[in-house]
Amino acid sequence: MSGGETATMAPGLDGGAAKPSLMQRLRTGDAIARAVVQSAAGAVVLITLLVVFELYTGSSLSRARFGWRFIVTQTWDPVAGEFGALPFIYGTVVTSIVAIAIAIPQGIGSAVFLAELAPRRLSDFLTFLIELLAAVPSVLYGLLGIFVLVPFLQAHVVPLLQHVLGFLPIFKGRFYGVSYFSAGIVLSIMIVPFIVSVSREVLLAVPTEQREAALAVGASRWQTTYKVVWPNAARGILGSVFLALARALGETMAVTMVIGNTPRVNTSLLAPGYSIAAVIANEFTEATGDLYVSALIELGLVLFAVTFIVNGLARLLIVATTIQAGAVA
Amino acid sequence: MISFEARKKAGNLMMFTLTGFCAVTTIGVLLLILGYLVWHGAAALSWSFFTRLPAPVGEPGGGMANAIVGTGKILLLASCIGMPIGFLGGVYVAELAGKGSASVIRYVADLLNGVPSIVIGIVVYTLVVRRMHHFSALAGGIALGIMMIPIAVRSTEEFLRAVPTSLREGGLALGRPRWRVIASVVIPAALGGIMSGIMLNIARVAGETAPLLFTSLNNQFWSPGWNQPSAALPVMIFTYAISPYEDWHQQAWAAGFVLLMMVLVVNIGARLVLTRGRFVPRG
Amino acid sequence: MKATISGFLLGAMACVAFPARAEVQLTAAGATFPYPMYSKWFNEYHRLHPDIQINYQSIGSGGGIKQVTEGTVDFGASDGPMTEKQNAEFTVKRATKILHFPTVLGADVPTYNLPGITAELNFTPEALAGIFLGKITKWTDPELTKNNPGVKLPDQDLVVVHRSDGSGTTYVWVDYLSKVSAEWKSKVGLGTSVNWPVGLGSKGNEGLSGQIRQTPYSIGYVELIYAVQNKLSYGRVKNAAGKFVKADLASVTAAAAAKSMPDDFRVSITNPSGAAAYPISSFTWLLIPSKFDDPAKAKTVREFLKWMLREGQKMTTPLTYAPLPAAVVSKEEKAISLIQP
Repeated sequence: MSGGETATMAPGLDGGAAKPSLMQRLRTGDAIARAVVQSAAGAVVLITLLVVFELYTGSSLSRARFGWRFIVTQTWDPVAGEFGALPFIYGTVVTSIVAIAIAIPQGIGSAVFLAELAPRRLSDFLTFLIELLAAVPSVLYGLLGIFVLVPFLQAHVVPLLQHVLGFLPIFKGRFYGVSYFSAGIVLSIMIVPFIVSVSREVLLAVPTEQREAALAVGASRWQTTYKVVWPNAARGILGSVFLALARALGETMAVTMVIGNTPRVNTSLLAPGYSIAAVIANEFTEATGDLYVSALIELGLVLFAVTFIVNGLARLLIVATTIQAGAVA
Repeated sequence: MISFEARKKAGNLMMFTLTGFCAVTTIGVLLLILGYLVWHGAAALSWSFFTRLPAPVGEPGGGMANAIVGTGKILLLASCIGMPIGFLGGVYVAELAGKGSASVIRYVADLLNGVPSIVIGIVVYTLVVRRMHHFSALAGGIALGIMMIPIAVRSTEEFLRAVPTSLREGGLALGRPRWRVIASVVIPAALGGIMSGIMLNIARVAGETAPLLFTSLNNQFWSPGWNQPSAALPVMIFTYAISPYEDWHQQAWAAGFVLLMMVLVVNIGARLVLTRGRFVPRG
Repeated sequence: MKATISGFLLGAMACVAFPARAEVQLTAAGATFPYPMYSKWFNEYHRLHPDIQINYQSIGSGGGIKQVTEGTVDFGASDGPMTEKQNAEFTVKRATKILHFPTVLGADVPTYNLPGITAELNFTPEALAGIFLGKITKWTDPELTKNNPGVKLPDQDLVVVHRSDGSGTTYVWVDYLSKVSAEWKSKVGLGTSVNWPVGLGSKGNEGLSGQIRQTPYSIGYVELIYAVQNKLSYGRVKNAAGKFVKADLASVTAAAAAKSMPDDFRVSITNPSGAAAYPISSFTWLLIPSKFDDPAKAKTVREFLKWMLREGQKMTTPLTYAPLPAAVVSKEEKAISLIQP
C-alpha cells in the first residue's frame, strides 16, 4: 500500500472536476509541500551520487595506473608504490562469510524461538534486549574482542578446534589471537541482532490464518513452522541476511582491532589478515603521496561496488517477498 | 513403532530446545557484554570523569567531560541534517511518489545505508575538511548526518505506509488539501513509529568512530563552536583502549559504559513513545 | 514533538553562542613516539598561558606529514624527516617551505615477550635484520644464541610484530635496518609505511606494545619510553663500534653527539660511530610551515618553540627522553626567526 496508488479523491485534485490551476494549487499549499518533500528525496539521491562521484574521481590516479590488475594483485607496498587489493578483498569476504555462517543459524534459530514459541511478552522483552546489542558501538566490540574473546579463543576454543578439525586447511597453523576467525566471530555477534529483529518481524507477519489452518489439520508446532510459516517468510529472512552481510562487509573498528592487520592471503582462518575497511582506517590519515591516497580511495570504491551488489540482491529478494506475501494474503 | 503423537511431541521438543538454545546464546552474549562493561566501567566512573578534561599521558585524574559534550554536539548537528532530509524524503516516498520514483529512492537509500562509515568519513574529509583546511565538529556532524539519512527515510516510509488508507481518505473526504491531511492526520498516526526510528538512528550513529577520525579528529580541550576539532566518546574509547596505560583502559571502559547508557536511555525512550497508546498496526 | 524540537534548538543555540574566549587555538598532529612528551608540554604551556590552546593528536608521523601538507593542521610532527619528494610536495601545495625543528631524542628498542626469561638479550644487526626479513624464525637460531651465552632461549617460533599504521617509529627502525642490511635496503626499503616481509600489524606504539604483552615469544619495536612505561623487556643492540649497548639517556645522547647537525635539521643518527652510542636513536621533529596566514599563530609558535628549547628541555629526562644537545638548541633558536610573519 504505497502512497502513490492511493488515488484519493481530494476536491480539485481528482479527474472528475476541472484541473486546478497553478495558482489554485499553490494556495492549497500542496505544490509547495510537494516541492519540499521532493527536494528532500532528491537530496538523498544527490548525496549518494556525490559519494560515488568522490570515490570515482579520488581513485582516478590509481585506476589509471593499475587498471583491473588492482583487484588481483597481492602486493601492498607504499614504498615502491605497488598497490593491490586482493588481500583486503579476500579478508573482507572471508570474515564476512565466517560472520554469516555463525549468525545465520544463531539468528534464525533465535528468531523462530521468539516468533513462534516464546510467550509474547517475553518475546518482546528479549527482542528489545537483542536490538540493544545492535546499538553497542563497534569500538566496544573491538575492545571486548581483544580483551575477552581473543584470550578465550587462545586458551579454550582453538586448541580444541585444532585437536578435532586440525586436518582442515582452514584450521592449520599457529594461532596468535588476532585472525580472520576472531574477526569473523566478533562480526557475527554484531550482525545477529539484525537477522533476529528482521526475521522475527517477517515471521510474525505471516498471517495467523495460515498457522491456524495447519494446526487445525493436526500438524505439530514444528511441522507448522517448518512447512507453512517458513516458506512464506523465507525470502524476507534471506533478505535480512543480505542486509546483515552488507553491514559485516563495511565494519571497520571492531575488525581492525582483532584481525591482525597483515596484508596477506592465507587459507587458514587462524592466520592474521586484513580487510578493506580496516586498512583504510589504519592508513588513510597518514598516507602521503597522491598514488597512495588514490589507491586507498580505490579500495573504498571496490567496497562500495561489493555492497552495491549485495544491496541489489537484498532488494530483489525483499520485493519478491512482498509480492508473495501480498498474493498469499 | 513410535506413534505419530510421540513423534510430533519429539519434533516439538527438539525445535524448542534448538531454537531456545540459539536465543539463550544470543541473550547470553549480550548479558556478558553488558556485564563486562558494567564491571570494568563502573569502577572508573567518578565525578572527575564527567567534569574534567583529559589529562596528559601518565597523569591520573583526567576525565572525558569534553568528549561527552562533543558527542552531544555532533549528534545534535547530525540530527539536524539527517532527520529533516530523511523524514521529508520518507514522506515523499510513502505519500506522494509514483511507483517508479519510490523504488528508485528506496534503492538509493539502501545503497547509502550500505556505504561503510569509513567511506563516508573519507568523502566528508575530501569535501569539507580539505576545503575548510581544518578538522571540525561541523564536518563530524555532516558525516554522521549523512549516515542518518537512509535509516530515517526507510523508517519514516515504513511507518507511514502502515497507517490505514481509511485515515487518509477520511481526512481528504473532509475537503482538506493533501498536504494538510498528511501533516495533521497521517503523520501523527505514525508518529510513534517514526520517533522510535529516529531515536534508534541516533543510537546507531552515536557509536560510530571511523567517520569522526577523519572529520572531527579529537581534542584535549574544550571546543566551543563548530569550527574546531572536537573530542567525542567513541574516538576517546578507541584511543584509550589501544594504549598501554591501565588508567586509560579503565577510562575507556567507563566511556563505553556511559555511551551504552546513553543508547539505552534513547532506546527505552523510543519504546515508551512507541507503545504509549499510539495505533501502530502490527502486520 | 514540539518540546523536543525546542530542546534541540535551544541546545544548538547554546553551543553556538558559547562565549568564545579570545584564544589562540592551534591544531597539531603527528608522531606517536613523542606523544607523552608533547602532551605534557602542551598541557604545561596551556597552564602557563591559559589563552593558548595547542591541541596535539598522535595520529602517526605519516599522518602528521600529510595533514600539515594538506593544511588541515597548523603544524605537524614526525619521527622521520620529510623526504625530498615530500618537501617538494609541501612547497607546491602550500606555497611556502616546511621547517624541521628537532624537539627531543628518542630511541627504538627491540622489545620481546619471553615467558620465564628475565635477562636482557643481546641483538646484533644481523639478528634484527634476519628476524624482520623472516629469515630467522626461531629463538634458538645461532645468531641469537651465540650472542646470549648465559640464556636458555626457548625452542619456539618468533612472532614478529610491526606497526600497521605509518609511523616515524617504523621509519627509524627501517632506517637502521637499511643501513645495516643491504638485503633489507633493496627488498623492503625505507619509509613510514613499508611492505613487511613477515609479522602482525598493530596500530600505534600503544597497539604494538599491547600485542607484544599478549603474545608469548613475540618480538617487535617500540619507542624506549613505551617499553619503560609498559615494563616491557627490551634488549641491547650491537653498535657500529662492536659494543652491545642498552638504550638509555646517555647512550642516546652519545649517538646525537656523533653527527653534526645540518642547517635544515634533517639528519639521521642511526648506526653512528662511537663506543657508547645506541645505534637506533633518532631526533623527532616538529614540522612547521615557514609562513602562517595568521600572525597570531606564527607568534604563538615562535614563543612556544623558545619555551620548548629552554624550559621544555628540562622536562624531558623524567619522561625518559634525552634532551637536545646544546649546539642543536642554539642552532634552532636562530632558526625560529624563519617562521613568519
